[in-house]
Amino acid sequence: MEVEGGNTSANDAVARKISIQSRRAKVFYQFTQQNLPACKPVLTPSWIVTTFLLMGVIFIPIGLVTLRTSHSVIEIVERYDTECIPEKFRGNKVSYIKDSTILKNCSLYLKVPKHMKAPIYIYYQLDNYYQNHRRYVKSRNDQQLLHGLKSNDTSSCQPEDSSNGLPSVPCGLIAWSLFNDTFKFIRESSELVVNRKNIAWKSDRNHKFGKQVYPFNFQNGTFIGGGSLDPSVPLSDQEDLIVWMRTAALPSFRKMYGRIEEDLDADDVIAVHLMNNYNTYSFGGKKKLVLSTSSWLGGKNDFLGVAYVFVGSSSIIISLVFMLLHVKNPRPYGETAYLSWNR
Amino acid sequence: MKRYIYINDDETSQDLYCANRLSNRKYTLMNFLPKNLWEQFSRFMNQYFLLIACLQLWSLITPVNPASTWGPLIFIFAVSATKEAWDDYNRYLSDKKANEKEVWVVKQGIKKLIQSQDIRVGNIVWLRENDEVPCDLVLIGTSDPQGVCYVETAALDGETDLKTRLIPAACMGMDFELLHKIKGVIECPGPDKDIRRFDGNLRLLPPFIDNDVCPLTIKNTILQSCYLRNTEWACGVAVYTGNETKLGMTRGIPEPKLTAVDAMIDKLTGAIFVFQIVVVIVLGTAGNVWKDTEARKQWYVLYPQEFPWYELLVIPLRFELLCSIMIPISIKVSLDLVKSLYAKFIDWDYEMIDPETDTPSHATNTAISEDLAQVEYILTDKTGTLTENRMIFRRCCIGGIFYGNETGDALKDVGLLNAITSGSPDVIRFLTVMAVCNTVIPAKSKAGAILYKAQSQDEEALVHAAAQLHMVLVNKNASILEIKFNGSVLQYEILETLEFTSDRKRMSVVVKDCHSGNISLLSKGADEAILPYAHAGQQTRTFVEAVEQYSQLGLRTLCLAWREVEEDEYQEWSLMFKEASSTLIDREWRIAEVCQRLEHDLKVLGVTAIEDRLQDGVPETIETLRKAGINFWMLTGDKQNTAIQIALSCNFISPEPKGQLLSIDGKTEDEVCRSLERVLLTMRITTSEPKDVAFVVDGWALEIALKHYRKAFTELAILSRTAICCRVTPSQKAQLVELLKSCDYRTLAIGDGGNDVRMIQKADIGVGISGREGLQAARAADYSIGKFRFLKRLILVHGRYSYNRTAFLSQYSFYKSLLICFIQIFFSFISGLSGTSLFNSVSLMAYNVFYTSIPVLVSTIDKDLSEGTVMQHPQILFYCQAGRLLNPSTFAGWFGRSLFHAIVAFVISIHVYAYEKSEMEEVSMVALSGCIWLQAFVVALETK
Repeated sequence: MEVEGGNTSANDAVARKISIQSRRAKVFYQFTQQNLPACKPVLTPSWIVTTFLLMGVIFIPIGLVTLRTSHSVIEIVERYDTECIPEKFRGNKVSYIKDSTILKNCSLYLKVPKHMKAPIYIYYQLDNYYQNHRRYVKSRNDQQLLHGLKSNDTSSCQPEDSSNGLPSVPCGLIAWSLFNDTFKFIRESSELVVNRKNIAWKSDRNHKFGKQVYPFNFQNGTFIGGGSLDPSVPLSDQEDLIVWMRTAALPSFRKMYGRIEEDLDADDVIAVHLMNNYNTYSFGGKKKLVLSTSSWLGGKNDFLGVAYVFVGSSSIIISLVFMLLHVKNPRPYGETAYLSWNR
Repeated sequence: MKRYIYINDDETSQDLYCANRLSNRKYTLMNFLPKNLWEQFSRFMNQYFLLIACLQLWSLITPVNPASTWGPLIFIFAVSATKEAWDDYNRYLSDKKANEKEVWVVKQGIKKLIQSQDIRVGNIVWLRENDEVPCDLVLIGTSDPQGVCYVETAALDGETDLKTRLIPAACMGMDFELLHKIKGVIECPGPDKDIRRFDGNLRLLPPFIDNDVCPLTIKNTILQSCYLRNTEWACGVAVYTGNETKLGMTRGIPEPKLTAVDAMIDKLTGAIFVFQIVVVIVLGTAGNVWKDTEARKQWYVLYPQEFPWYELLVIPLRFELLCSIMIPISIKVSLDLVKSLYAKFIDWDYEMIDPETDTPSHATNTAISEDLAQVEYILTDKTGTLTENRMIFRRCCIGGIFYGNETGDALKDVGLLNAITSGSPDVIRFLTVMAVCNTVIPAKSKAGAILYKAQSQDEEALVHAAAQLHMVLVNKNASILEIKFNGSVLQYEILETLEFTSDRKRMSVVVKDCHSGNISLLSKGADEAILPYAHAGQQTRTFVEAVEQYSQLGLRTLCLAWREVEEDEYQEWSLMFKEASSTLIDREWRIAEVCQRLEHDLKVLGVTAIEDRLQDGVPETIETLRKAGINFWMLTGDKQNTAIQIALSCNFISPEPKGQLLSIDGKTEDEVCRSLERVLLTMRITTSEPKDVAFVVDGWALEIALKHYRKAFTELAILSRTAICCRVTPSQKAQLVELLKSCDYRTLAIGDGGNDVRMIQKADIGVGISGREGLQAARAADYSIGKFRFLKRLILVHGRYSYNRTAFLSQYSFYKSLLICFIQIFFSFISGLSGTSLFNSVSLMAYNVFYTSIPVLVSTIDKDLSEGTVMQHPQILFYCQAGRLLNPSTFAGWFGRSLFHAIVAFVISIHVYAYEKSEMEEVSMVALSGCIWLQAFVVALETK
């Protein structure tokens, strides 16, 4: 019995093998004869009308939900670049900002329009600032950010690869032009705690910026760009830098500053004490402070909802038009009389 | 340039001519790299890509890693170089095999076994039965006492029959030993590629026999690559060696054919190139302006105050590199790849295998499949192409009596059989001409049956018929011919053979009856080549009627005639003939002239009628293809009536009143001119009517029309959808193809015989039928098929699919490149026109190589309509013919599509990702996946 069973299973295996082979041969045959099985959906009018209708029916609700979500996000945007220049310097903003002897603090008052649920994200926003400029984008060295001075080819960082004959860490225009305005938030005389940890991508902190790499010879040149860094903190913990180093795609961009981890009530007045250090005046860039809550869809963004509604409604319109055309000029399927050479 | 070859004299020819070393190699080890690179870079596209790749090495301007261009570039170059190298290596191997073959050669009187490559001009080469001939030889000795040997020339001209070769008269009867020591001079023209002609002279030097000049013709040569058959041994003097042999001269790589689609793609590439330059100039200038006005204020960019002289060029060059992806580097490679797949589909097609011979169709030229769908004119041969070329003797007319009718062949006609048994002299004569006047070689098979090997199917049919009527050709031994008639054996000595040429249209033999010693001339040929030369007293009316009647039935007719020749007349003529045959200049023409002097006052014996059946499915195929808007021209060497009958029976032309046949004829210029104008006038009037108008022209009138009235004839060619050209020569066939091509029509020539080769090579597409007339046409053609009816499938299925697929694939390649390029351009508007690349090198590479190249391969097995539908409605081919799927306007559509898709992808990826929060890498990834989805959607939408 045993033997027989073995035999049959062997036979089975052989049979299976043959069937696989013949199937393979059959597929190859079909391929060579260009006879592979295929499905040929015919785009009949009713099919098209239904598809468009279905698209509209699905897209419009999605769009409406998205729009609603986007509207539930509360956003406070405050431009501060002009206001934070004292009256007497308004005529010559550039020399004011470049004068390092003046202490450039400034206060803003923000009124909370609606109840804002924690976490509330703090962004700074720059306009007309070309972080995507070719010279700028290229001027960095990822190896150096990870390995520090061990990687010594910093030619890609030009023109900010070194100062005083020594290489700078981090090198390059991006790091050199680090944003350095600071903000403090006070509500009813008590300072709001701003969490400035975990504002950068985790992968950046862990894998792109070295834990053992400390700033060195940074902002030591004759011409100082933006902010400086604490030489005792490794680059992987310099989250402001990490955020800044992710270059923005558009000339107008927001970057995360921190989070407020308590709710703000409607009609609260928040005083912002800020140090207005960063020079955007020489090229007419705007600076804004943004406080925003978030939803499951992220920040405030109406575009997605509008796009969905637009596409959905236009496909419904198209389907209606097609339907009308079809009802008015019905044409039987597969009628050869309509072929161009038969007319 | 003449050659003087000293037989058996090594010193004089040692350095004059090359050794018998074959070399088909294009490269050597040393020059492969430079030569191959030079060849590849002579193409504009490659130069462009190289320039781009070099520019990318300049890190100041390169937007991406140079590897993203160098990688594909090197890959593409490596692929084509490897292909070339492989082909060349195979050629080298086959050369080597041929070169190292050992042959017996007499050098300075001693017979040695040497390698084939060491043969020199003037050496005597010995061959044994079934040996391959190593170089072109002039025969000087054979084992046969009559000085005959048989060769198979299949490798040379594709004809499978055996051909006889003769040793020149001067060497006749020389014995074995003497041949080792023979000395002499052969005077012959320089190497050429005409395998049907060799006009030389042989003069043996003293002490060898007389000092007479002996003419040499192609009959005295055995050419390289032939095989010696049925002959124990043969020897000959090497006259052409190595690459200078007739075969070597005919070889050579034919000009690559460029399809209409290729030409269109090149044009579109040029247009894109111009567009790219414009974009670069505009953006570059704008970029420089922006840099001077804005970028200097942006302190964080830190523009230097001082800049080098080339600063103004930097931004335009950056844009040039950004836009360089507009022209997809892969298009040529992927098109070549899919085209060879289309060709394979043709080879694989089970429905195009000839059921009789099991020969599959074959695409020799893999690059022109899509042109099949754009054919507008098909020029077809008749015999063997439309018909089966299997000749059967059906009827005859002897001395005014018609034998054979609808119910039976002449072979079974009781009247004829009775006439034979009663020994009617006319009938006997008639049968003798049938059996004698030909070039058929009878060969005994092992079973004892007689097999006839013939070059011409007609002759074979005649000899077979004669054999069935008891006049059996038994043996042909050099000049002695044996015939068995009713048990008695008749012997004839063939004194002279006046060969068939397409100009003379007849052949004759001068024979001497060994029994009675009477000399007679036996002729057979086309009616107009025989009947005018009938002797004055004879009434030829009945024969004209017979010819008329037979050709109405679609039968091929031949007239047989004879006359007695006086001994003196023959001797006198023989001298002239000899002289004419040994001239070096215009020999063919002089021989024809001399032949004319003997071929007169003929007694016409009768007319034979041979049937050549239509191939299966010919009428249907022609009808379908005509519905598909393809115009048919029939070019045949046959006579007018037969051609018209065949044309009628295969739907070529419609019978009255639906169709109308206009004929252009005339013998003089004026007549031809008048009839041409008349036909043209009728054509112009009837173009608006739904009437099938065709014209018929014969070779003579065609010659005049092409020479003097080319313009009028061209207009006629354009107006007429159908034409029948009869009595045309191979070169006229080629001329007609040329004429149609000059009017910008896509032509397809189809034929089966050696006389179609020139037209097949001239036409945009040459199709050969691997038929009974040998493989010559099939070998020269781009496609070879077994039967005419496969043409329908070749054009409607394979051609059409190939065209659709290539049209899609090429435009899609541009679309996907433009799509990504437009996004780069849009991004440069928001990145200060500084030439930043939104995408990094890896994603660009992945996009080009992986995401967009592989999914689209699906389209190579895409079928928009099923084969059955296309066959039912061949009119669908109009779309392909008119090039509706690939032309500037469809391309503009694709261009607009890529622009639109780029805008959508760009706007959405910027805005959806919350406008201000978007950062470069995120945007680039979103945009890239947008592109990938869009192009995948396009592929899915376009393939059915």
